[in-house]
Amino acid sequence: MADKNCFSMIVDSRSVNESFVRSVISTFAAVLDPTVEEISDIKTAVSEVVTNCIVHAYPDTIGKIYIKCNTEGNVLTVRIRDKGVGIPDVKKAMEPLYTTAGDERAGLGFAVMQSFMDYLRVYSKPEKGTTVIMKKHISVRYDLRR
Amino acid sequence: MAVEISLSGEVITARLTGEIDHHTAVGLRKEIDNSIEINMPSLVILDFERVSFMDSSGIGLIMGRYKNLSKRGANLNISGVNPRLYKMMRLSGIERIVKVDSPLKGEKFDG
Repeated sequence: MADKNCFSMIVDSRSVNESFVRSVISTFAAVLDPTVEEISDIKTAVSEVVTNCIVHAYPDTIGKIYIKCNTEGNVLTVRIRDKGVGIPDVKKAMEPLYTTAGDERAGLGFAVMQSFMDYLRVYSKPEKGTTVIMKKHISVRYDLRR
Repeated sequence: MAVEISLSGEVITARLTGEIDHHTAVGLRKEIDNSIEINMPSLVILDFERVSFMDSSGIGLIMGRYKNLSKRGANLNISGVNPRLYKMMRLSGIERIVKVDSPLKGEKFDG
Protein backbone atom coordinates (compact mmCIF):
# COMPACT_ATOMS: atom_id res chain seq x y z
CA MET A 1 0.00 0.00 0.00
CA ALA A 2 1.30 3.44 -0.97
CA ASP A 3 2.38 5.90 1.71
CA LYS A 4 0.46 9.06 2.43
CA ASN A 5 1.39 11.85 0.10
CA CYS A 6 0.11 15.34 -0.64
CA PHE A 7 0.70 18.44 -2.72
CA SER A 8 -0.92 21.81 -3.14
CA MET A 9 -0.72 24.53 -5.75
CA ILE A 10 -2.36 27.77 -6.78
CA VAL A 11 -3.05 28.64 -10.41
CA ASP A 12 -4.63 31.56 -12.22
CA SER A 13 -8.15 30.99 -13.56
CA ARG A 14 -6.95 30.98 -17.16
CA SER A 15 -8.40 28.39 -19.53
CA VAL A 16 -4.92 27.32 -20.62
CA ASN A 17 -4.50 25.94 -17.06
CA GLU A 18 -7.30 23.40 -17.52
CA SER A 19 -4.96 20.93 -19.21
CA PHE A 20 -2.10 21.84 -16.87
CA VAL A 21 -4.08 21.07 -13.69
CA ARG A 22 -5.54 17.79 -14.94
CA SER A 23 -2.08 16.66 -16.08
CA VAL A 24 -0.50 17.49 -12.71
CA ILE A 25 -3.21 15.70 -10.73
CA SER A 26 -3.18 12.61 -12.95
CA THR A 27 0.62 12.46 -12.68
CA PHE A 28 0.36 12.77 -8.89
CA ALA A 29 -2.21 9.93 -8.82
CA ALA A 30 0.03 7.70 -10.93
CA VAL A 31 1.76 6.40 -7.79
CA LEU A 32 -1.45 4.49 -7.02
CA ASP A 33 -1.09 2.63 -10.33
CA PRO A 34 -4.51 3.50 -11.72
CA THR A 35 -5.94 1.96 -14.88
CA VAL A 36 -6.26 4.00 -18.08
CA GLU A 37 -9.98 4.32 -17.31
CA GLU A 38 -9.38 5.57 -13.77
CA ILE A 39 -6.88 8.17 -14.99
CA SER A 40 -9.34 9.30 -17.64
CA ASP A 41 -12.12 9.60 -15.01
CA ILE A 42 -9.88 11.71 -12.75
CA LYS A 43 -8.70 13.97 -15.57
CA THR A 44 -12.24 14.52 -16.80
CA ALA A 45 -13.68 15.34 -13.37
CA VAL A 46 -10.78 17.71 -12.56
CA SER A 47 -11.21 19.43 -15.91
CA GLU A 48 -14.89 20.04 -15.08
CA VAL A 49 -14.08 21.62 -11.71
CA VAL A 50 -11.37 23.89 -13.09
CA THR A 51 -13.61 24.93 -16.00
CA ASN A 52 -16.35 25.83 -13.51
CA CYS A 53 -13.87 28.06 -11.63
CA ILE A 54 -12.92 29.84 -14.86
CA VAL A 55 -16.39 30.16 -16.40
CA HIS A 56 -18.54 30.66 -13.30
CA ALA A 57 -16.49 31.59 -10.22
CA TYR A 58 -14.46 34.32 -11.91
CA PRO A 59 -16.60 35.29 -14.93
CA ASP A 60 -15.04 38.69 -15.59
CA THR A 61 -11.73 38.50 -13.76
CA ILE A 62 -8.70 36.28 -13.41
CA GLY A 63 -8.76 34.85 -9.88
CA LYS A 64 -6.84 32.17 -8.05
CA ILE A 65 -7.72 28.48 -7.97
CA TYR A 66 -6.47 26.63 -4.89
CA ILE A 67 -5.72 22.95 -5.35
CA LYS A 68 -4.88 20.36 -2.71
CA CYS A 69 -4.50 16.67 -3.36
CA ASN A 70 -3.61 13.73 -1.23
CA THR A 71 -3.31 10.01 -1.53
CA GLU A 72 -3.90 7.70 1.39
CA GLY A 73 -4.07 3.97 0.90
CA ASN A 74 -5.63 3.56 -2.52
CA VAL A 75 -7.75 6.72 -2.32
CA LEU A 76 -7.04 9.96 -4.14
CA THR A 77 -8.65 13.07 -2.64
CA VAL A 78 -8.83 16.27 -4.67
CA ARG A 79 -9.90 19.57 -3.15
CA ILE A 80 -10.36 22.57 -5.45
CA ARG A 81 -11.37 25.92 -4.04
CA ASP A 82 -12.01 29.36 -5.47
CA LYS A 83 -12.78 32.74 -3.94
CA GLY A 84 -15.20 33.66 -6.70
CA VAL A 85 -18.86 34.58 -6.90
CA GLY A 86 -20.16 31.38 -5.26
CA ILE A 87 -23.26 29.40 -6.13
CA PRO A 88 -26.57 30.66 -4.70
CA ASP A 89 -28.32 27.29 -5.06
CA VAL A 90 -25.91 24.35 -5.13
CA LYS A 91 -28.68 21.77 -5.48
CA LYS A 92 -30.03 23.52 -8.56
CA ALA A 93 -26.55 23.98 -10.06
CA MET A 94 -25.92 20.24 -9.68
CA GLU A 95 -28.97 19.22 -11.72
CA PRO A 96 -27.87 17.63 -15.00
CA LEU A 97 -28.23 19.93 -18.03
CA TYR A 98 -28.71 23.01 -15.84
CA THR A 99 -26.37 25.74 -17.03
CA THR A 100 -26.19 29.50 -16.89
CA ALA A 101 -23.38 29.66 -19.43
CA GLY A 102 -25.27 29.53 -22.72
CA ASP A 103 -25.58 27.20 -25.71
CA GLU A 104 -22.03 25.90 -25.93
CA ARG A 105 -21.98 24.55 -22.36
CA ALA A 106 -23.70 21.22 -21.79
CA GLY A 107 -24.56 21.73 -18.11
CA LEU A 108 -22.95 18.40 -17.28
CA GLY A 109 -20.02 19.41 -15.09
CA PHE A 110 -21.36 18.25 -11.73
CA ALA A 111 -22.99 15.16 -13.29
CA VAL A 112 -19.57 14.16 -14.63
CA MET A 113 -17.87 14.72 -11.25
CA GLN A 114 -20.60 12.67 -9.57
CA SER A 115 -20.49 9.82 -12.01
CA PHE A 116 -16.73 9.65 -12.72
CA MET A 117 -15.59 9.94 -9.08
CA ASP A 118 -16.61 7.97 -5.99
CA TYR A 119 -17.33 10.90 -3.70
CA LEU A 120 -18.35 14.50 -4.32
CA ARG A 121 -19.13 17.33 -1.95
CA VAL A 122 -19.72 20.93 -2.97
CA TYR A 123 -19.69 23.79 -0.48
CA SER A 124 -20.47 27.29 -1.65
CA LYS A 125 -21.33 30.72 -0.33
CA PRO A 126 -22.33 33.62 -2.58
CA GLU A 127 -19.52 36.21 -2.79
CA LYS A 128 -17.20 33.89 -0.80
CA GLY A 129 -16.49 31.10 -3.22
CA THR A 130 -16.85 27.40 -3.78
CA THR A 131 -15.03 24.31 -2.58
CA VAL A 132 -15.30 20.98 -4.37
CA ILE A 133 -14.02 17.82 -2.73
CA MET A 134 -13.79 14.61 -4.76
CA LYS A 135 -12.42 11.17 -4.00
CA LYS A 136 -11.51 8.28 -6.22
CA HIS A 137 -10.77 4.74 -5.09
CA ILE A 138 -8.06 3.27 -7.25
CA SER A 139 -8.44 -0.44 -7.85
CA VAL A 140 -5.73 -2.49 -6.20
CA ARG A 141 -3.95 -4.71 -8.65
CA TYR A 142 -1.46 -7.47 -7.99
CA ASP A 143 1.92 -5.83 -7.54
CA LEU A 144 4.69 -7.64 -9.42
CA ARG A 145 7.38 -5.54 -7.76
CA ARG A 146 6.95 -7.32 -4.45
CA MET B 1 -5.81 20.56 -30.53
CA ALA B 2 -6.40 20.64 -34.25
CA VAL B 3 -9.14 19.94 -36.74
CA GLU B 4 -8.65 18.76 -40.28
CA ILE B 5 -11.67 19.46 -42.43
CA SER B 6 -12.35 17.69 -45.71
CA LEU B 7 -15.24 18.03 -48.12
CA SER B 8 -16.66 15.31 -50.34
CA GLY B 9 -19.81 16.23 -52.24
CA GLU B 10 -22.21 17.56 -49.61
CA VAL B 11 -20.43 15.85 -46.73
CA ILE B 12 -17.97 17.58 -44.41
CA THR B 13 -15.68 15.39 -42.32
CA ALA B 14 -14.03 17.16 -39.40
CA ARG B 15 -11.21 15.05 -38.01
CA LEU B 16 -10.41 16.21 -34.47
CA THR B 17 -6.97 15.63 -32.96
CA GLY B 18 -5.76 16.08 -29.37
CA GLU B 19 -7.63 17.18 -26.24
CA ILE B 20 -11.05 18.84 -26.19
CA ASP B 21 -11.75 21.09 -23.22
CA HIS B 22 -13.23 24.53 -22.63
CA HIS B 23 -9.94 26.10 -23.73
CA THR B 24 -9.63 24.29 -27.07
CA ALA B 25 -13.34 24.04 -27.93
CA VAL B 26 -13.58 27.71 -28.93
CA GLY B 27 -11.18 27.38 -31.87
CA LEU B 28 -12.72 24.09 -33.01
CA ARG B 29 -16.18 25.59 -32.95
CA LYS B 30 -15.10 28.52 -35.11
CA GLU B 31 -13.35 26.37 -37.70
CA ILE B 32 -16.19 23.88 -38.04
CA ASP B 33 -18.91 26.56 -38.14
CA ASN B 34 -16.92 28.51 -40.70
CA SER B 35 -16.73 25.46 -42.96
CA ILE B 36 -20.48 24.82 -42.52
CA GLU B 37 -21.17 28.44 -43.45
CA ILE B 38 -19.09 28.26 -46.64
CA ASN B 39 -19.86 24.73 -47.85
CA MET B 40 -23.53 24.31 -46.83
CA PRO B 41 -23.22 20.53 -46.27
CA SER B 42 -26.13 18.11 -45.91
CA LEU B 43 -24.10 15.99 -43.47
CA VAL B 44 -21.24 16.72 -41.07
CA ILE B 45 -19.21 13.87 -39.60
CA LEU B 46 -17.23 14.66 -36.46
CA ASP B 47 -14.47 12.08 -36.26
CA PHE B 48 -13.15 11.56 -32.70
CA GLU B 49 -10.68 8.78 -33.51
CA ARG B 50 -7.62 10.93 -32.72
CA VAL B 51 -9.12 12.64 -29.65
CA SER B 52 -7.09 11.65 -26.58
CA PHE B 53 -9.19 13.48 -23.99
CA MET B 54 -12.58 15.13 -23.84
CA ASP B 55 -14.53 16.71 -20.99
CA SER B 56 -18.12 17.98 -21.19
CA SER B 57 -16.95 20.83 -23.43
CA GLY B 58 -16.93 18.17 -26.17
CA ILE B 59 -20.62 17.57 -25.54
CA GLY B 60 -21.23 21.33 -25.75
CA LEU B 61 -19.34 21.33 -29.05
CA ILE B 62 -21.49 18.51 -30.45
CA MET B 63 -24.76 20.06 -29.17
CA GLY B 64 -23.90 23.46 -30.63
CA ARG B 65 -23.10 21.98 -34.06
CA TYR B 66 -26.24 19.85 -33.92
CA LYS B 67 -28.38 22.95 -33.32
CA ASN B 68 -26.60 24.88 -36.07
CA LEU B 69 -27.06 22.05 -38.60
CA SER B 70 -30.67 21.33 -37.61
CA LYS B 71 -31.59 24.90 -38.41
CA ARG B 72 -30.21 24.32 -41.92
CA GLY B 73 -31.94 20.95 -42.32
CA ALA B 74 -28.58 19.13 -42.25
CA ASN B 75 -27.45 16.11 -40.22
CA LEU B 76 -24.63 15.38 -37.81
CA ASN B 77 -22.87 12.05 -37.20
CA ILE B 78 -20.21 11.15 -34.65
CA SER B 79 -17.55 8.53 -35.39
CA GLY B 80 -14.37 6.99 -33.97
CA VAL B 81 -15.43 7.11 -30.31
CA ASN B 82 -13.22 5.17 -27.87
CA PRO B 83 -14.51 3.73 -24.55
CA ARG B 84 -13.46 6.77 -22.49
CA LEU B 85 -15.19 9.24 -24.77
CA TYR B 86 -18.18 6.95 -25.07
CA LYS B 87 -18.66 7.04 -21.30
CA MET B 88 -19.07 10.82 -21.51
CA MET B 89 -21.39 10.61 -24.52
CA ARG B 90 -23.55 8.01 -22.81
CA LEU B 91 -23.81 10.14 -19.66
CA SER B 92 -24.91 13.13 -21.71
CA GLY B 93 -27.65 11.22 -23.54
CA ILE B 94 -26.44 12.72 -26.81
CA GLU B 95 -27.05 9.43 -28.60
CA ARG B 96 -30.75 10.13 -28.47
CA ILE B 97 -30.36 12.99 -30.93
CA VAL B 98 -27.11 12.34 -32.83
CA LYS B 99 -25.96 9.14 -34.53
CA VAL B 100 -22.87 7.86 -32.69
CA ASP B 101 -20.70 5.22 -34.34
CA SER B 102 -18.65 3.48 -31.70
CA PRO B 103 -17.29 -0.05 -31.73
CA LEU B 104 -18.44 -0.25 -28.11
CA LYS B 105 -22.03 0.79 -28.53
CA GLY B 106 -24.38 -1.34 -26.49
CA GLU B 107 -21.67 -2.66 -24.19
CA LYS B 108 -21.96 -2.10 -20.49
CA PHE B 109 -19.41 -0.03 -18.63
CA ASP B 110 -18.51 -0.04 -14.98
CA GLY B 111 -18.97 3.20 -13.09
